[in-house]
Amino acid sequence: MPSSRHLIGELESANLLGRGGAAFPVGRKWRAVAERASGRAVVLANGAEGEPLSLKDRTLMATRPHLVIDGALLAAEAVGAPDIIIYVGAKHRAAEAAIRGALAERSNQLRSRVRMMSAPDGYVAGEESAAVHFINAGDARPTTTPPRPFERGVDGRPTLVQNVESLAMAAQIARGIDANTGLVTVSGAVRKPGLQEIDLGWTFSDVAAAAGGLARPVQAVLLGGYFGAWAPVDEVWALPIAAPSLRARGFTLGCGVVHALSEDACGVDATARIMAYLASQSARQCGPCLFGLHAIGECVRRLAARSPQASDLDRLSRWSGQLAGRGACKHPDGAAGLLGSALSVFADDFAAHQQRRCLRRSTSHPASLQPVAAVA
Amino acid sequence: MMEQLQVDRIRCDGHGLCAELLPEAISLDDWGFPILKTGAIPARLAEHARQAVDACPVLALRLAKVRS
Ligand SMILES: Cc1cc2nc3c(=O)[nH]c(=O)nc-3n(C[C@H](O)[C@H](O)[C@H](O)COP(=O)(O)O)c2cc1C
Ligand code: SF4
Ligand code: SF4
Repeated sequence: MPSSRHLIGELESANLLGRGGAAFPVGRKWRAVAERASGRAVVLANGAEGEPLSLKDRTLMATRPHLVIDGALLAAEAVGAPDIIIYVGAKHRAAEAAIRGALAERSNQLRSRVRMMSAPDGYVAGEESAAVHFINAGDARPTTTPPRPFERGVDGRPTLVQNVESLAMAAQIARGIDANTGLVTVSGAVRKPGLQEIDLGWTFSDVAAAAGGLARPVQAVLLGGYFGAWAPVDEVWALPIAAPSLRARGFTLGCGVVHALSEDACGVDATARIMAYLASQSARQCGPCLFGLHAIGECVRRLAARSPQASDLDRLSRWSGQLAGRGACKHPDGAAGLLGSALSVFADDFAAHQQRRCLRRSTSHPASLQPVAAVA
Repeated sequence: MMEQLQVDRIRCDGHGLCAELLPEAISLDDWGFPILKTGAIPARLAEHARQAVDACPVLALRLAKVRS
């Protein structure tokens, strides 16, 4: 196995990007923490996985717990962290049991460095400053940044917050295995929804084929989950799923969620459900997030129900451009991005709903946005 | 070095006082929370910006130095 410094270089040349949503370069983050750590950093393995359409982190922890632990250990060595915290969503019981079991098979010396923490339910509990806040003070709400966790995190120490899949990929790279694969949760109008391990060179049509093919004709794809964006199916179908190819078109795969919306399903309705959820998940600390997301949720709900107020659609367009950067965390940014994409991809549907009409056959398709059954 | 306005979103109560004192750089959304113009504060507004910072009742507003 390469030395830890060497590993940072390898992560950089492999261009490993974070798998928790923001696609930040992993090697660069390790370097930033290592530079401040003076041997007292903390590694926080993020397995909160609050995204309703994602299964990858819980499944990874449940099925490859040693790989996640190895990744966390390598990170700890590379950044100079005596302590490791594995933060697992409270609902992900199988994942938690598997990590516990795997730790029990390791040395006492290692076990004494690792602490498990149960992440409370809720979308925002997985945000990095919220995770640190929860560990420090039992309060899983984000805090004002700066300082960011890599500057001042758990117990005031520089803290590397890294998604569990990112850590597992780092462990693979350390073993000389190529990092050009990823975990993707596929849902919606495909025959076999669920988790896929894919090659990042695959196109969306390859991913759909791996998920048993399309169950019905599809109009749009939700990329990156509730925090992501809708894309017209024709625009992305032939694109490789790797970050650079998507980014060139203004998309990201976020935490690896692909949701196919069928032709007969209503994008306004689907968007209304997502926005209602995101509004309900605001940590209710920042005015623009608390009031803005609530108002947006209500507005899209009225439109979806075809009983809008006179200028609901205009209001939505204005609000969608006002939210980014106006919360302590990026929750409002994610919601605004999703809404903006919906207003553009489903422009005709939104216009029809403002006129109290719906262009689709079923406003509420049974398969639409139901979380897929847990795999592990 | 230039100066830029920043607001602590958790502290800010939406009093809206800042927007009254510095309408050139701060507007309010439909709920009374500030929307800051992006970019550095021009020199001619620096004094007004400082007054807005001082006026915020919950100390949510600050001027931060940024590289131009
Ligand atoms: C509202 C919100 C929720 C988040 N939830 C998660 C989560 O459940 N799991 C996760 O790994 N990252 C989550 N993130 C991203 C983390 O803040 C952080 O960027 C990530 O854990 C870093 O790991 P990575 O660089 O390996 O992706 C969330 C971010 C936001 C803004
Ligand atoms: S932006 Fe929203 S979710 Fe984030 S800290 Fe503020 S209120 Fe909480
Ligand atoms: S004066 Fe302070 S509390 Fe009031 S809106 Fe401005 S920043 Fe927020």
